[in-house]
Order: sequence, then structure tokens, then C-alpha cells
Amino acid sequence: MKKIMVASDGSDHSTRALKKAIQIGSSQESVTIDLVYVVDGDTSKADVLHYGDSDTASFKRQKMMEQQAEIAREAGLQTDIKILHGSASETLIDYANNGSYDLVLVGSRGRNKLQTMLLGSVSHKLIKHIDAPVMVVK
Amino acid sequence: MKGVFTKEQWFGNVRGDVLAGIVVALALIPEAIAFSIIAGVDPMVGLYASFCIAVVISFVGGRPGMISAATGAMALLMVTLVADHGLQYLFAATILTGILQILAGVFKLAKYMKFIPRSVMIGFVNALAILIFTSQLQHFVGETWIMYVLVAATLAIIYLLPLVTKVVPSTLVAIVAITAVAIFMNIDVRTVGDMGALTQTLPMFLIPDIPLNFETLQIIFPYAIALTVVGLLESLLTASIVDDATDTESDKNMESRGQGIANITAGFFGGMAGCAMIGQSVINVKSGGRGRLSTLVAGVFLMVLIVLLGNVVVQIPMAALAGVMIMVSISTFDWSSIKTMHIVPKTDVAVMVATVSVVVYTHDLSKGVLAGVVLSALFFAAKISKVKVMSLLVNSGDKRIYYIRGQIFFASITDFLAEFDFQENIDEVELDFTAAHLWDDSAAGAIDKIEMKFEQNGTKVIVKGLNIESTKLMNKIGGISKSSGH
Repeated sequence: MKKIMVASDGSDHSTRALKKAIQIGSSQESVTIDLVYVVDGDTSKADVLHYGDSDTASFKRQKMMEQQAEIAREAGLQTDIKILHGSASETLIDYANNGSYDLVLVGSRGRNKLQTMLLGSVSHKLIKHIDAPVMVVK
Repeated sequence: MKGVFTKEQWFGNVRGDVLAGIVVALALIPEAIAFSIIAGVDPMVGLYASFCIAVVISFVGGRPGMISAATGAMALLMVTLVADHGLQYLFAATILTGILQILAGVFKLAKYMKFIPRSVMIGFVNALAILIFTSQLQHFVGETWIMYVLVAATLAIIYLLPLVTKVVPSTLVAIVAITAVAIFMNIDVRTVGDMGALTQTLPMFLIPDIPLNFETLQIIFPYAIALTVVGLLESLLTASIVDDATDTESDKNMESRGQGIANITAGFFGGMAGCAMIGQSVINVKSGGRGRLSTLVAGVFLMVLIVLLGNVVVQIPMAALAGVMIMVSISTFDWSSIKTMHIVPKTDVAVMVATVSVVVYTHDLSKGVLAGVVLSALFFAAKISKVKVMSLLVNSGDKRIYYIRGQIFFASITDFLAEFDFQENIDEVELDFTAAHLWDDSAAGAIDKIEMKFEQNGTKVIVKGLNIESTKLMNKIGGISKSSGH
């Protein structure tokens, strides 16, 4: 196994996914991790409101992802950050399928049964449409 | 006007732009009608405004892919103007708003947006959401349970349909379904047609029928100022959001001028003032719209639909429209500001709540922004006016050194002066300003006062460590000449 992609938004759920990726990566030779964060329209609205402008929002996101990447780098894994713009699931699916990854990890948001029934789950969509094996970390 | 006709901005994304433009046009129609009703004018005024503004801004705006049209924020500001003076004065105020916005663009005022604190902007957005919601409550007055059922059904379709399919916008399906139910089941409810006339004609050039005198200007100027400020605030905020969502840049001053040109056009073609729309712009970007073509298609398609289907549009029950507006208010509200309320500084929360309260009380977003900015300035002054003074007794009790840390200015001098013990029986005091900064003549005056009071008690005063700017200030005001030790 060589290339692992971790879908991240800096939350605890995605940090758990990253830690799992490190665990898997550490047991093998020359593994690289790509941390991928997708900014969608609603994220832009909230972030621009809270950070004042787009440049500051981008800077904060970069910093947040650097903190995440540092966790993997400390474990000795080569880690890159990719910040994309678009709707979350579709952008992740496109990026994963163009990147020929050996494994894709996503954090489960931990919704309850009712929420899952009403809202569906992003992770389910990813499992269905990403060509590589997808691991959902609870 | 560089870049307006670049191929990339117009034809870089034809398929995405056309599809997104159509989606936006469908979502714009109910909003344009509802905002007209809020302002107290015929639905055509909002529809003409949306058409003119969207089409004009697609050519002259500074942020490709952003949607501008008749908006709730602007409609709320017009209510009393329309009620007291009538529609013609609204057209005149719209044109004047456009002129002021062009001036704001020419004088590059966009950069002063940064003086508006973020908590005020969040308050602005939340207040807007609350006002859109409360403006719908009037439609429930005197209605039967059928109204509540239809509104609930509208909201159910809007929120649940996307779980099944996202091919068609759920608001459109909701409106079509509820209208069909009302027509076929012959339910007697108020419709758009009951709220005012809707003509299936293109807008015509007109000159507002008002006396061109100073009195007219006195009437419309305050409204135009409020409309200018609110319009530019929402437009530039939306431009930043679209910048962020698409990871591209925009020309904020060009956008200010563009908003002005669009509003002048709207005023001369029977439309009300408008601005950029956060919600619609996010819908446009989400639907794949990126270029100027998406905004143009939204405006043109809206007009085509009204001309073709105007007689159906008047039959839309107000219940369906109220449902859509409730959805708009829910998506406008910044819910993350509630979630993070317990972690952000208390003063920020206070500013946000104050902004919202003033707007909800006055129904004027510009007054809320002003109140929020003033309150933020007061909090800032209070925070920065904390001056720390520490002192040390040296030379076996003959001399005391005061170490002063902080910003010395009009708001901080009272606390600052209270830190000194003028009655202490010592030979001399040293004031060390190495970690302090003097800002105004109140500060210089305070130091004079300290020297005077110590010297009255026979204590010699030495001033040390003033930085260059503070020394200049003292020299200019003349206090330092008295101080010894130089």
C-alpha cells in the first residue's frame, strides 16, 4: 500500500480517521498520506462571516490542516494537504478517483438513527462512488 | 473596466452557468414577489428590479457568478417610504441609491468595510433572517388552519424532497405542488394575485413622477443613504463569500459601481433597489454557476417565465410563498454563531445581540450596524484602556519608580491617575513609560497633572522611557518642558 487519502475537516471524527491512517501507514514501507479538506458554499458563508474575509478564512483553514498534518508527520509519514472547493461528497469522490489511491479513510459524523434516515450519510455516498476501498472510522 | 468582456468570465463554463442560472431564476421568482409584498408594492416592482439588476450586474459587476436582485434587506428599508409617499418616491430613492453607490465605488470606499467588526456583520445577517421571518407572520393573521397546513406542507417538501432527488429545486416543486392543490381542490386561500397586480409585460423606461425640488431630496435622501449602506454591505459580504467558495478574487470597487449602475437602471424601469443575495449566490455556486453568464441567464429566464406564466404565478397561494420565505430566513441565519456563543468573547456576543435587537426594534439594518459599530468601539476603548502601574521603592526609601504599561489616552487616564500615591513622603519619583504609549492631549495633560501634584507635595518627578511618538506629543503640547531630569 502506498497512497492513502484522508477526508478531513479538522473535527474529532476526522482526527480519528487520520489516526487510523497513521496506524495503517506506520506498519508499511513508504506510505504517503494526503489530507483533503473540501470547502463548500455553506462553509464559505460561515467562515467569511466569522473571519472577515476570504484570505483570512483560507489562512485559518491552512493552519487547521497543518495541525492535522503535523500529527501524521510526527509519526514519520510524508503528508500533504489539499484544500478543495465545491460540494463535499462530489468533490471528494472526483479527487479520490483521479488520484489512484490505495485506500480512502473518512470519519463517521456519528449521527443518530433518525438523522441518518432523514439525511442519508456522506460516508455511504463515498463508499458507493469511490473506486478505491473506503474505510469509515467511527 | 478591464476583464468585463473576457471570454473566460463569460464563456468559461457555459453549461454550468446556464443550468445554474435557470435554477436561480426559479428560486428568485417567489423571493422577488415576497420582497415586493414586504415593501408594500406590487409584485411587478420586485420582479422588474430582479430582472434589471441581474442583467445589468452581469455586465458591470466586479464579482462574476454572484447573484443580485430585489432583496429582503433592501425591501425592509423601504416600507415607510412607500407607505408615506408612494411608489414614485421609491423609484427616485432607488436611482439616488445607485448614484451614491457609484460614488462609493469611485472613491474606493470598499476598503472601509474592515472597520465593521465581524460580530456586527453576524448580527446583520441574523437580524435580516429574523425580520424576513417576522414579515411572514402577517400572512397568518385571520387565516384558518388550512393556511398552517399548506405552509407546513410547503416546508416539508422543501426539506424532504432533496433526500429523494436533487435534479429539480425543491422550492419550485413545493410551489407548483401547493398551487396545484389549491387550484384543483378549490381551496379558498389568499394568493399572490390578491396582493397586487402582476402584468405580463416587459419593463418600460420611465422617469419617476415627482417634483424635482429640495423637499423631494429631503424625503428620499435618508432612505437612499440607508439603502446605499445596506446594499453595499450585503453585496461586498456576498462577494467575499463567493470569492471564498470559488477560490477566486473579485474587484470590490468595481462591484460597488456596478451595484450603483444596476440600481439606477432598476429605478428607471419601475424596479425597487436591490443588492447581492447571499442565499441565491450560494445556490448559484452550488448548482455549478461560476461566470457572468449565470447571472445573465438568471435575470433573463426570470422575465421569460413571468411573461409566459404570469397568469399561473398570480394563483400561487400566499401559504406557499410564506413557506419559502421561512426557509429563506432559516438558511440566512448564521446558526454557527449560536453554537459558538459560549466560546467567543462575551463582548462580541453582546455586540451581535445589540445589533440584532436594534434592527428588530427599528426594522432598519443600517441603524443596527451603526449601533453595533459604536458599541464595538466602546468595548474596544474599555479593553484597551486598562493601564497597569507597578511601583518599586529604591534608594533606601527616598525614591519610588513607577513602571507604566498600556495605552494612555482619554479613556484610560482616570484609572491611570488613581494608581499614584501623591501623599507619600519621598524625595523623588520616576515615571518609566518604556512599556506605555501616549495617544492624545488628555494623556499629556494627565502627566502634567501627576507632576504638578507630586511637586505640590515637594516630590521631584523624572519622566523616563517615552517613545518617540509620545515624546513628540508631549513636546507639541508643551508639558514635558516642565519635567526635570533633562
